[in-house]
Parts: sequence; structure tokens; C-alpha cells
Amino acid sequence: MRTTVKTIIEKYNNDKTRLMDILMDIQNNFGFISDKFVEVIARETGLSIVDVEQTLTFYHFFSKKPVGEYAVYLNNSVVANMKGRAAVAKAFEEELGCKFGNLCDDGKIGLYNTACIGMSDQEPAAIINDTVFTSLTPLKVKGIVQQMREGKKVTEMIDVIGDGNNSSPLINSMVFNNIRKEGPVLFSEYEVGAAVKKVTEMTPNEVVDEVKSSYLRGRGGAGFPTGLKWEFCRKSEGPRYIHCNADEGEPGTFKERVILTELPKLLFEGMAIAAYALDAKEGIIYLRGEYKYLKNYLEAVLEEMKTANLLGENICGKKGFDFEIRIQFGAGAYVCGEESALIESAEGKRGEPRNRPPFPVQKGYLGMPTVVNNVETICTVVKIINNGADWFSMMGSHESTGTKLISVSGDCDFPGVYAIEWGMRIRDLLEIAGTEDVLAVQIGGPSGVCIGSKEFKRTISFEDIPTGGAITIIGKDRDIIKDVVVNYMDFFIDESCGSCVPCRAITVLMRNKLQKIIDGNGVMNDLDDLVDWGAKMKIANRCGLGQTAANPILTTLENFREKYEALIDKDSDYNTGFDLEKAVADSCAYVDRVPNL
Amino acid sequence: MSKPIVATTSLAGCFGCHMSLLDIDERILELFQLVEFNKSPIDDIKTFTKQCDIGLIEGGCCNSENIHVLKDFRKNCKIIVSVGECAIMGGLPALRNGIPVKECLAEAYLDGPTVGNNTEGILPNNEELPMILDRVYPCHEVVKVDYHLPGCPPRADLIWEALVALVTGNELKLPYEVVKFD
Ligand SMILES: Cc1cc2nc3c(=O)[nH]c(=O)nc-3n(C[C@H](O)[C@H](O)[C@H](O)COP(=O)(O)O)c2cc1C
Ligand code: SF4
Repeated sequence: MRTTVKTIIEKYNNDKTRLMDILMDIQNNFGFISDKFVEVIARETGLSIVDVEQTLTFYHFFSKKPVGEYAVYLNNSVVANMKGRAAVAKAFEEELGCKFGNLCDDGKIGLYNTACIGMSDQEPAAIINDTVFTSLTPLKVKGIVQQMREGKKVTEMIDVIGDGNNSSPLINSMVFNNIRKEGPVLFSEYEVGAAVKKVTEMTPNEVVDEVKSSYLRGRGGAGFPTGLKWEFCRKSEGPRYIHCNADEGEPGTFKERVILTELPKLLFEGMAIAAYALDAKEGIIYLRGEYKYLKNYLEAVLEEMKTANLLGENICGKKGFDFEIRIQFGAGAYVCGEESALIESAEGKRGEPRNRPPFPVQKGYLGMPTVVNNVETICTVVKIINNGADWFSMMGSHESTGTKLISVSGDCDFPGVYAIEWGMRIRDLLEIAGTEDVLAVQIGGPSGVCIGSKEFKRTISFEDIPTGGAITIIGKDRDIIKDVVVNYMDFFIDESCGSCVPCRAITVLMRNKLQKIIDGNGVMNDLDDLVDWGAKMKIANRCGLGQTAANPILTTLENFREKYEALIDKDSDYNTGFDLEKAVADSCAYVDRVPNL
Repeated sequence: MSKPIVATTSLAGCFGCHMSLLDIDERILELFQLVEFNKSPIDDIKTFTKQCDIGLIEGGCCNSENIHVLKDFRKNCKIIVSVGECAIMGGLPALRNGIPVKECLAEAYLDGPTVGNNTEGILPNNEELPMILDRVYPCHEVVKVDYHLPGCPPRADLIWEALVALVTGNELKLPYEVVKFD
């Protein structure tokens, strides 16, 4: 055992910044990471034991206890619930005779909940030993459990093969792309390598200028102008790095998954272009652990690109244009999508956002200037180089040029990926997605906004409602507070890195208050408290997670206040909901006494 | 006009907040000029004999008796003030929150190193005894609390200033050192 661990560590040159990979390999090999392993890792990498433990305990997919020969991670997102997760979870529990959060069948099979796994258009879905199972039903669960008991390999348990490259031997997955609208930018025909060839005939500054004049803004959510970010980075002394953010953790988003499946060459070419513009020699794709089923495929494509001289040394014959890409897998932590947390994680640490300034473009990966860009942003650059900034900026709206990939899911007939021009009305998108009687639309995932029909005339754009791409449609029969808001709040509570007190504590207090209201003990003053505390969250947290963690409550309070008020007894001005009978039940039972209330 | 009436009690507290009240030293004479005391350890009146204006609560709620007393205070006092960390947040007793009450009882009466003579493993269950709550509750999670005086204990000056402000209707001065402790 110890030698295997040592071999794994040696594979990464005993490099402490590769701790994520070391832990992941050990987890995969043994199904857990014991204290003994931690000691060995610490000794071999020169880290302290607590340093190793910090990273180990931060990530959902690392475990100190065995997770089972088969570890079932069933998504518990809002959309999964809409699509029948409860019945699927029950089927797993009944078949195995044990509850989620536990090891079943003498430790052979583990059942675990997990946050959105990027399959919202084909829920309910689960990941078992890195293989994705989509569109689950109780019947399918029966079959899966039986096959696990028989000891079958997970890759042989899938019964459907997805479309496009999902069916290629290197992926061989049940996942479907569901590309509903291709649009003129990312999915249009292009010649692989033409853009990177073109930039080798330009100076790096010219490349930056071209991107600047396209007015391309980041597609990851914050919308920072991409050309400007590159220019800032160039102002700091190198070595510089380009990181591609493929963490895609926002529940309801899955467009990156489709790009990685169908257009990985576009992405790698885009990174090479960024590397040229930044004079970077190394790049990292930070890919969420949930997408590990794409690993072999992406690595093969990287090799192919090297062979074609589009990556590696002297790219396109340009002397000194050397660039390598490494894939860094995450391990189940939404906050690692935040760019500075992503960098921390890529350095092998807890995914804890850094204080800014200094910004990553000044001091990023290993303390060096680093550009972090979203997958879609980087891919878009290739098309801008190919077709020109003017071609691009003609599309979209004034402050939001070009197109945007939207991940649509929830109560609609055609969930999937839509490439739309910025400026599209919500109403029009709802129409092509095949919807009727929509109660609400959640735009931008839990951290975004929840709007009602009055606002469907608004547009998807930086000027109006910006989004990183998740649109979740909530039908009229849903209970917006219990089905949506509660789930989102629980998500933020789970995913907070815990550094900032408001993010760590107020989120929980707000969730408790919500429960109080749901339990029928709310008073009007509770709603004022929620608004008040939510406002504090925006100003008193370090990163976007905490700053937006109150949004599920705040935006539904704004747009669906009547739903909250309906739960409130307006005659009472104070109600703690304290229940003496409940509070003494446990102790009375234990000491064997009848409560006298 | 008759003097405002004050009641005080200590629930799951250590009487430290009451001690702090006594720390107002000679101002206690002034206090008795200013207010009349009703149910309180200060004058040893055990039950409310009339409606009061101000109820000062020390300590949170760890058992059913605390709940009854607190609710009684709410009923009999116009204004309720949580005095000190335990009343406001549960304080030290709340360290047991997060540990199931069964485990706490087992540790206290069966397994702990100081259990000693309880060889028969008796758990206190006489109906005369208050019933233990599943966790320690801050007062405002049981009844409406109008004001909170922070501190462990709140310093005498703060209690004095607050009482005077309440009684005279003047604004309470809260200098930085009085509410900021670290
Ligand atoms: C909690 C949190 C999660 C985030 N998750 C992602 C993500 O999954 N993908 C992404 O591209 N950006 C994400 N971001 C935004 C990044 O911090 C960053 O702005 C972005 O990657 C920059 O790339 P862009 O300019 O190309 O959009 C997240 C931000 C926060 C605060
Ligand atoms: S806001 Fe939340 S997630 Fe972000 S750094 Fe602070 S505690 Fe961590």
C-alpha cells in the first residue's frame, strides 16, 4: 500500500503544488485517504500534516473513510428534484436497505448526495466511480444496484450511448449534448488551427487589441472585458499563466460540458492564442471533478493537437512559441470556480478565495500574473481572430457583443444548450424552449435572480439581466419557496469556504428564518430581517459566493413577496415558534419520565 | 408619579450578571430612589406581586423551569432585556448544543469520571424536577426580547447607563469600549 502511495507521489515529482492530483489518485486507488497516507504525503512532499488535511477535508470527493467500491453520487439540485429525484433516491435506499450518506452492502456501495453535476437537461443523474448515469428512474436504479452487486464495471453498466462525441470510444457515455440552437459563433464551421496560425503573424499586442476591439466580455458571469484583462496581465512581469475556468459549478449550467465534448480543439486553440498574447508557456484547464469521464478523451485531443504542431514547441513553426496545457481536476467544490480560489486549488490548496488586490492578473498562479478565463470566452476568441472583431461586435447589443451559450433546464419541453444573441427577450427564449404556464425563471443559477412573468419582457444582456448561462424554468405548479429557495440556500451553506463570518453564519441564520416561516411561525418582521441581513451579505463578504448567497431569498422576496406573506400570520408581531413539548421530548424519553408540561 | 418597577431573574446563568449589577456600588442607593424592585433576588421577592415595567433576564433557557419563568416575565413586564451573553446567545451552557441531550445526560450521570456513587445508574426523573431541553435556547428564541445588553457579564456601568436611560427615556450612550471586547 505504502509503495503505491509513494509511486503516486513520485509520479508528481513529490511536488506539493500537485496535492490535488496526489489525493485524487490515492482516493481512486484505495477509495479513501487514511491518516497513514496523509503522513506519507506530508513527509514526501515536505508539507505539514495539517496542510495535507486542510486540502483533503475541503473537497467533497475526498474522504478519510472508505466511500465504497461503488460510490454513488446522486445530484440533489432543484432541477433533479423537479425531474423525479425523490423516487430515484428512494429506490436506491430501498434496494440497498440503507440511507444516503452511508455505506451499504458491507461497505461495497456508498450512497451520497452531491450538488449539481452539470446534467440538468437529463436529470435525475448520478455519478458512480466517474461514470455518469442520466435520466434515472426507479426501474433503472434496480438494474444498476443489481449490476453493482454482481461486481460489474461501471462503464459496462450504461445502457444508452449519447449523441455526437459522447459516443466516441474514449468517452462512451450516456450523456446527450442537446444542442438546440447552434448560433453563428461557436458551433459554426471553422478550420482547426487557422486562428493560431494567423496570430503567429501578428504581434502579441495586436492580438490583445483585436480582442479588445471586439468588446468581448467574460462569459463566466462577471463579464469583465477580456482584452482589457489580457492587457493588464501583460503589464506584470512574467512568467505568465493562462487558466481556463471549466469548473462550471453554478447549478443549472452545463454548456461547458457540451463545448468540451464537441469543441475541445476550439478551446485548446483559444488557449494557445491567449498564451501567445500573454507570452505564457503553461496553461491549466481547471475542470470540475464531475467531468472526469472526459479525461481520456481530452488528453487524447491534447496529444493530437501537439502532433499537429498546434500545441507544444515552436507552434505553427513560430520559433519560441511554446505552450503546454495541463488538466487540473477539481474535486467537488463550487467555490473553486471563483478565479482566485481556482488558483489556490490548482496550487494544491483549499479552494479559498484570496483577498484582492492583488488581482490574479498581477499575482496569480504561484504568485505570477495569471489570466483566468471561462471556457466559452476562450473559445469565442478563436472565432474573433478568424472572422474579425467587427464581425463579432455587430452581433448582440451595445454593451454585450456577440452570442451567449445558455443552459436551459427545468419545466420545459426542450432543455439543452442554446446559442443566443445577447439582447434576447426572456419571453422569446421561453417560447423556443417549449414552455407553458411558467411561474418563474431563475437566471444565472442560485446566485442570479428569480423573476416572474411581469419581467419576461426583459432581455438577457449585461445591460439588463446578465448571466453566466444557467436558466432554470419553474412551472406554475411548483412551490417556489420550498422547491427552489430552500434548496439554493442549502447549496450555499454547503459550498461556503467558511472564511467570512457573514457568509458562514448569516446564510445559516437566513435559512433558519426561512424554515421558521415555512413552519408557520413567521411574522412580518421576519421578512424585514431577511431583507436587512441580505443587504449585509452583499457588502461584508470576500467573494461572489457570499455576496450572492442571499439572492435566492432576496430576489424571490422582491418578485414573489405574496408567497411569503401567505405563510405569515399577520396578527402576530412576534412568534418564536418555540415548542416546549418538542424541546423536552428527548431528555424525558431518555430518563424515562412522562413530560408534565 | 410612581416609580418604575423592575424585576430580575437568573435562568441558565451563573449570577455573574447580577453580581455585575451590584458592582454599581454606591449608585445602588440612587437606583432605589429611581426604581422599585419586584420579583428579584435583589429583594428576595419570589413571585410577581404586580405588573412591572422592566424585566432583566440573566441566562438562557436550559430547562422547562427557565421557560416558565421567562414566559412569566414576558407576561408581567412591559419591557424585557436580555442581559449578558448567556441570555443573548446561550453562553457557556450552550457549549452542549450540538451534542445530543442523551449523551450529555449519560456523561453527567452514568459515564463521567466524577459520577462516583451512582452505581445503580439512576437518571434524575422525579416529576418535581425541571425537564432538560434538547439544547440551550437564547431568550429571544422563546419570547420576544426588547433589548439586549452585551457582555460577559455586561459591565456595571453599562447596566447602570441602560437602566437609567430606560427609566428616564434618554438615549443610551454606548461608547466603543462598552460594546467591543477584543
Ligand atoms: C462562487 C463563484 C463561482 C464561480 N464559478 C465560475 C465557473 O464555474 N466558471 C467560470 O467561468 N467562472 C466562474 N466564476 C467567475 C470567475 O471568478 C471569473 O470571473 C471568471 O472565470 C473569469 O472568466 P471570464 O472573464 O472569461 O468570464 C465564479 C465566481 C464565483 C464568485
Ligand atoms: S464569501 Fe463565502 S465563499 Fe467567499 S471567501 Fe467568504 S466565506 Fe469563502
